Amino acid sequence: MAHASHDQEIYFVPQPSHWPIVGTIGLFLMAGGSSIGLNGISMGYYASLLGFAILVVMLFGWFGKVIAENLAGSYNAQVDRTFRWGMSWFIFSEVMFFAAFFGALFYARNMTIPWLAGAGSKSIMTHLLLWPHFEAAWPTNGPAALGGQFGTVNAWELPAINTAILLTSSWTVTMAHHAVRAGHQARTSLWLALTILLGASFLVLQADEYRHAYEHLNLTLGSGIYGSTFYMLTGFHGAHVTLGTIMLTVMLFRSLKGHFRPERHFAFEATSWYWHFVDVVWLGLFIFVYIL
Amino acid sequence: MICMRMRGVMESTLVAAAMTGAGIGSAHAGLRYNMPEGVSEISRSVYSLHMAMFWVCVAIGALVFGAMIYSIVRFRKSAGAQPANFHENTAIELIWTAIPFAILVIMTIPAAGLLIKMDDTSQSDMTIKITGYQWKWHYDYLDQDVSFFSALAQDSNAARQLGAQIDLKSVDHYLLNVDHPVVVPVGKKIRFLITSNDVIHSWWVSDLAVKKDAIPGFINEFWTRIDVPGIYRGQCAELCGRDHGFMPIVVEAKTPEDYAAWLDAQHAAKAQQTAMVNGAALAAAR
Amino acid sequence: MSEQVLGHDEHDHGPDPQFLRRWITTTNHKDLGALYLWFSLLMFLVGGAMALVIRAELFQPGMQLVRPEFFNQMTTMHALVMIFGGVMPAFVGLSNWLLPVMLGAPDMALPRLNNWGFWILPFAFTLLISTLFMPGGAPAGGWTMYPPLVLQTGLAFPFLIFSVHLLGVSSIMGGINVIATILNLRAPGMTLMKMPLFAWSWLITAFLIIAVMPVLAGAVTMLLMDKYFGTSFFNAAGGGDPVLFQHVFWFFGHPEVYILILPAFGIVSHIIPTFSRKPLFGHASMVYAMSAIAFLSFIVWAHHMFTVGLPLAAELFFMFATMLIAVPTGVKVFNWTATMWRGSLSFETPMLFALGFVFMFTIGGFSGLMLAMAPADFQYQDTYFVVAHFHYVLVPGAVYSIMAAVYFWLPKWTGHMYDERLGKLHFWLSTIGVNLTFFPMHFSGLAGMPRRIPDYALQFTTFNQISSVGAFMFGFSQLLFVYIVIKCVRGGEKATAQVWEGAEGLEWTLPSPPPYHSFTIPPLVT
Ligand code: HEA
Ligand code: HEA
Ligand code: CUA
Ligand SMILES: [Cu+2]
Repeated sequence: MAHASHDQEIYFVPQPSHWPIVGTIGLFLMAGGSSIGLNGISMGYYASLLGFAILVVMLFGWFGKVIAENLAGSYNAQVDRTFRWGMSWFIFSEVMFFAAFFGALFYARNMTIPWLAGAGSKSIMTHLLLWPHFEAAWPTNGPAALGGQFGTVNAWELPAINTAILLTSSWTVTMAHHAVRAGHQARTSLWLALTILLGASFLVLQADEYRHAYEHLNLTLGSGIYGSTFYMLTGFHGAHVTLGTIMLTVMLFRSLKGHFRPERHFAFEATSWYWHFVDVVWLGLFIFVYIL
Repeated sequence: MICMRMRGVMESTLVAAAMTGAGIGSAHAGLRYNMPEGVSEISRSVYSLHMAMFWVCVAIGALVFGAMIYSIVRFRKSAGAQPANFHENTAIELIWTAIPFAILVIMTIPAAGLLIKMDDTSQSDMTIKITGYQWKWHYDYLDQDVSFFSALAQDSNAARQLGAQIDLKSVDHYLLNVDHPVVVPVGKKIRFLITSNDVIHSWWVSDLAVKKDAIPGFINEFWTRIDVPGIYRGQCAELCGRDHGFMPIVVEAKTPEDYAAWLDAQHAAKAQQTAMVNGAALAAAR
Repeated sequence: MSEQVLGHDEHDHGPDPQFLRRWITTTNHKDLGALYLWFSLLMFLVGGAMALVIRAELFQPGMQLVRPEFFNQMTTMHALVMIFGGVMPAFVGLSNWLLPVMLGAPDMALPRLNNWGFWILPFAFTLLISTLFMPGGAPAGGWTMYPPLVLQTGLAFPFLIFSVHLLGVSSIMGGINVIATILNLRAPGMTLMKMPLFAWSWLITAFLIIAVMPVLAGAVTMLLMDKYFGTSFFNAAGGGDPVLFQHVFWFFGHPEVYILILPAFGIVSHIIPTFSRKPLFGHASMVYAMSAIAFLSFIVWAHHMFTVGLPLAAELFFMFATMLIAVPTGVKVFNWTATMWRGSLSFETPMLFALGFVFMFTIGGFSGLMLAMAPADFQYQDTYFVVAHFHYVLVPGAVYSIMAAVYFWLPKWTGHMYDERLGKLHFWLSTIGVNLTFFPMHFSGLAGMPRRIPDYALQFTTFNQISSVGAFMFGFSQLLFVYIVIKCVRGGEKATAQVWEGAEGLEWTLPSPPPYHSFTIPPLVT
C-alpha cells in the first residue's frame, strides 16, 4: 500500500476499532460501580476499580495503535493538524471545568459571605433574623461554623515552594522541547525525567500539605465553604498534575525508545501543552486560594 | 377598543375550540386565559407591560408572517413563479437590525422603571415573615406577635388522594384553599420577608403580581399594597418535592378596621391559649 | 496491514460484514450518523412516552393514574431524555452524516473518537433510566436539579450525577470532532465564508458545547460533594448558597438551549433556498447573527432566576442582555423570509417542516421575549406559560428541524425517495397536534397554572384537556414518521444524485447513496 504521507491530496481514515467500546465499558463500570458504592454497597467500588483498569488498558491499546500508525508513516500533515485542534479544544474544555469551581469561589467570597453578614440593604434581614452573629471574613466556614475552628495553610510555606517547583517544571519541559527539536534524544530524556521528578515532588508535598491540614489545622472538606472550595480546587488540580505526570512518564519512555523526530513529535507537544495548562491553573490557585 | 374586540373574538374561538376539540360540554362562563390585572398599582403596571409586549409581538408577527404567507401564496412554482436571484441588500439588513433594537430599547424603559419600583421595600407599614416548609407556609407578623402555619385545606387534601372518589366540584376551591389564610389590610404597604426551612419554595399570588423564592438560609424581600378587599389565591411556584402542587396560598385582604378586629381576635385567642397552657402546667405541677 | 490509507488509487473498503462487530467497532461517519439518529429516535419515543404519562395524568383535575412523586420523576426524566437523548444526539448524528459530504471529506476528522462519543450514550442512558426501577424511583427534582431539593434524591442520586458526567463527556467528544473536521477537512478552495451554513451552525454549536458542558460537569460534581462528602457549596450554614448552583447551572443551561437550536438554524438555511429555488438571502449576516447569538448566550443566564432575589442591577442587566438576543435572531427570520420573497416555491415535506419551523419557532421566540421582561416574568416564571415558550422553540422548533432534515437528506442517505403523500400527512397531523398541545399552555399559564404539578384547580381543566388530546395526537403521528422512514430505508423509487431541483452543495454531487468513504479525493471548490 502506498504511504504518501505528506501529500495533501491523500486522506487517512482509520479502520474499525474495538478500543472505544472497551473504553465505554470501562467508563460505564466506573460510573455504575461508584454509584452503587456511594449507595453503601462496597462491591460497587470494586466494579469501579475494574472499570478504571479497563480504561487504562484501553488507553494503552488505543494510544499504542496511534503510535504504531504514526511510526508506520500513515499520518500526514492534515492528521497532525487534527490532533492539534483536538488537544487544544480538549484543554479548553478543562479550562471551563476549572472555571466552574473558580466561579464558585469568587461568588462565595464576593457575594454570599457579605450577604450572610448583612452587607447592603437587601441582605440586612438575612443577617439580623437568621445569622445575627456572623461577620464577613475569609477564610470562613460559614455562620454555623461547620466543621469547627480551623487554620489555613500559609501561602509562603509549602504552597510557595510548590509554585516554584511547578514553574521550574514548566521551564524544564520547555527545555525538553528544545532538545527534541534539536534532535537530542538523551537530553530530551534528561529534561523530561527532571520534569517528572518535579511533578512527583509537587504531588508529594501537596499530599503532605493535605495530611497536615487534616491532622493539625482541622481544615477538612467539611470546613464550610472555605474547606469546600479549597479542597475541590486543589484536589482537581492535583488530579490533573497526576495525570500530567503519567503522561510525561509515557513520553519519557517513548523518548528513550527514540520515537520523536525533530519535526514530528506531537504527542510530546500535547503533553507539554497540558503541563503548561496545569501550571497556569496552579498560578490561579496560588493567587486566589492561597494568597488572597 | 380594538383590543377589547379582539379579546372577545379570541375568547369565543377558544371556547369553541375547547368544546369541540376536547369534547367537553361544560360551559365556562369566566374562562380565564390571560394574566389578571390584579388589585394593586404594581400588578396593573405589570399587566400593561405584559400587554404592551404582547402587542409588539403581534405587530411584528403580523409583518413577518404576512410577508411569509404572501410569498407562499404569490411565489408558488405551481403558479408559474420565476425565481429572482438577489441575495443581499446591506441597507435593508441594517434597517431590520436597527428597528428591532430600537423597539427593545423603548420597551426596557417602562420595564426598568417598574422593576426599580418593585424592588423598593422601604417605608413599609408592616412586615410579615413567610417561611416555606415541605409542604406548608408559616406566617409571622413580626411586630404583632401573631404567627401560624397555613396548609392545604382538609377537604381538598382528601379529594386529591390517588383514587379518591370525591366530586371535586363539591370541594370549596379545590387545591386553592388553606386552613389559615394570611390576613392583611388594604391600602397599607406590606413588606414581606421570605425564607425557607428546607428546600426552595416560591410564594406567588398573581393578583398581586408578586412572586419571590424562599431560599433556605437567606431572606428575600418584596412588598405589595392591595387596593381592593377580597380573597386572593396563589400557589407555590418552585418545585419543592412530592407535594409541591399542594401548598397553596390564600391572602385575605380586609379593610383596616376588619383587619384590626382580626388582629384583636388573634391576640385574644393567643392569650386564652397561653392561659390554658399555663393552667395545665399548674395543674400538672400540683 | 493494520491501517488504511486512502488515496486516488485506493479502492473503497466496505463495511465489516459481521453485523454486531460492524456497528460496535465502526469508525465510519455514515454508520455512526445512522446510529446516532436511530438512537435519538428511540429516546424521542421514550421521552415522548413519559410526556404522555404527564399529559394523561393532567387530562383531568384530581389524581387518577400516578402518585405525585412518580409524576415528578416523569417530568424530570422526560426533559433529560429529550434534551440529552433526543435532540442533541440527533443533531450530532446529522453532523456526522452531513459534514463530510458537505465539506468534501472522506470522513470525520477523528473517527475513533466519534465511535466512542456515540457508544457512551446508550450506556449513560442505561444508568439514568435504570433509576426508574430502583426503590425510591428516578430523580424527581426537575431537569434543573436545584439543591437542596435534589439532595433529597435517594438511591438514584449518584446515577443521575454520573450519567450527566458521561453525557457531557460524549458531547465534548462530539464537539471536538466537529470542530476539528470543519477547521481541517474542508475541500481545497472552501474558505470559511463559503462554507455551508449547516457547517457554520455546527462550528458555533460545537464551541458552545465545549465551553459549557464542563461547567455542567462542575455543577453536578459540587452536588455530589455536598451530598456525600460534607462540603457546603450550596448550604448557607457553611457559607454557601443554593442560588450559586442556579448560576452555575444556567451558565451552562442557557447556552445549552442555543446548542439545541443553532443546528436547526443551519438546517433551515439549506432547505428554504432549495425549495425557493433562489440563493439564501444574507449568507454572511447569517454567520454574524449566529455568532452574536452564541456570544450573547453567555451573558443572559440569570433570566431564569429573576425571582431568586438578584440585586437590582443584575436584574436590569440580564433583562436587557436577554432582549438583545431578539435582534440577531430576528435577522435570521427576516433573511429566511427574504429568501422566499420572489422565489419559486414548492412545498415538499422538508419545506413544510422548515416553514412550520420558522412560523412556530418565531412564536416561541416572541414568548421568550415576553419572559425576558423581568417585571412581567415574575408573573410567568414557573408557570405553563414558560412550558409553552420552550416547547414552541423545542418541539416545532428543534424537533421539526430534525424532521425536515431527515426528509430532506433521506433520499441522499438511502438512495430512495420517501412517500411524499405520507410525509405531508405526517406534517399536517403533527402541526395540528403540536399546536393543540402547546398553544393552550400559554393560556393556562397566564391564568395561573404553575408547572411541575400533578394536579390542578378546576379552572384550568379546559386548556389541559385540549393539551392532552393534542399531545396524544402529536405523539401517535410520530409513529407514522417511524413508518415512513423504515419504508424508505427498505426501498422505494430510486433517488437521483441531485434529488431536489433547487439543491446546491457538494453533497448533491455524490451519488445517492454516497460511497462508504464519501470523498476519497478532495473536490475542488471554486
Ligand atoms: C431551543 C431552545 C430555546 C430557545 C431558542 C429559546 C429562546 C429564547 N428564550 Fe427561552 N427557554 C428555553 C429554551 C429556549 N429558549 C427553555 C428550555 C426554558 C426553560 C428552562 C426551564 O426552566 O426548565 C426557557 C426559559 C426562558 C426564560 C426563563 C423563563 C422563566 O423561567 O421565568 C426566558 C426569560 O427571559 C427565556 C427567554 C428567551 C429568549 C428571549 C429567547 C430568544 O432567543 C428568542 C429570540 C427570537 C425571537 C424574538 C423571534 C424572532 C425575532 C424577530 C421576528 C425579530 C423582531 C422581534 C422583536 C423585536 C419583538 N427563555
Ligand atoms: C427537546 C426537548 C423536549 C421535547 C421534544 C418535549 C416534548 C414534549 N413535552 Fe416536554 N419538556 C421539556 C423538553 C421537551 N419536551 C423540558 C426541558 C421540560 C421541563 C422539565 C422540568 O420541568 O424539569 C418539559 C416539560 C414538559 C411538561 C411539563 C411537565 C411539568 O411541568 O410537570 C409537559 C406537560 O405537558 C410536557 C409535554 C411534552 C409533550 C406532550 C411533548 C411531545 O412533543 C412529545 C411527543 C410524544 C411522543 C413522541 C410519543 C411517541 C410515543 C408513542 C406513541 C409510544 C411509543 C412508545 C415507545 C416505543 C416507547 N413537557
Ligand atoms: Cu413549595 Cu413548591
Ligand atoms: Cu435561557
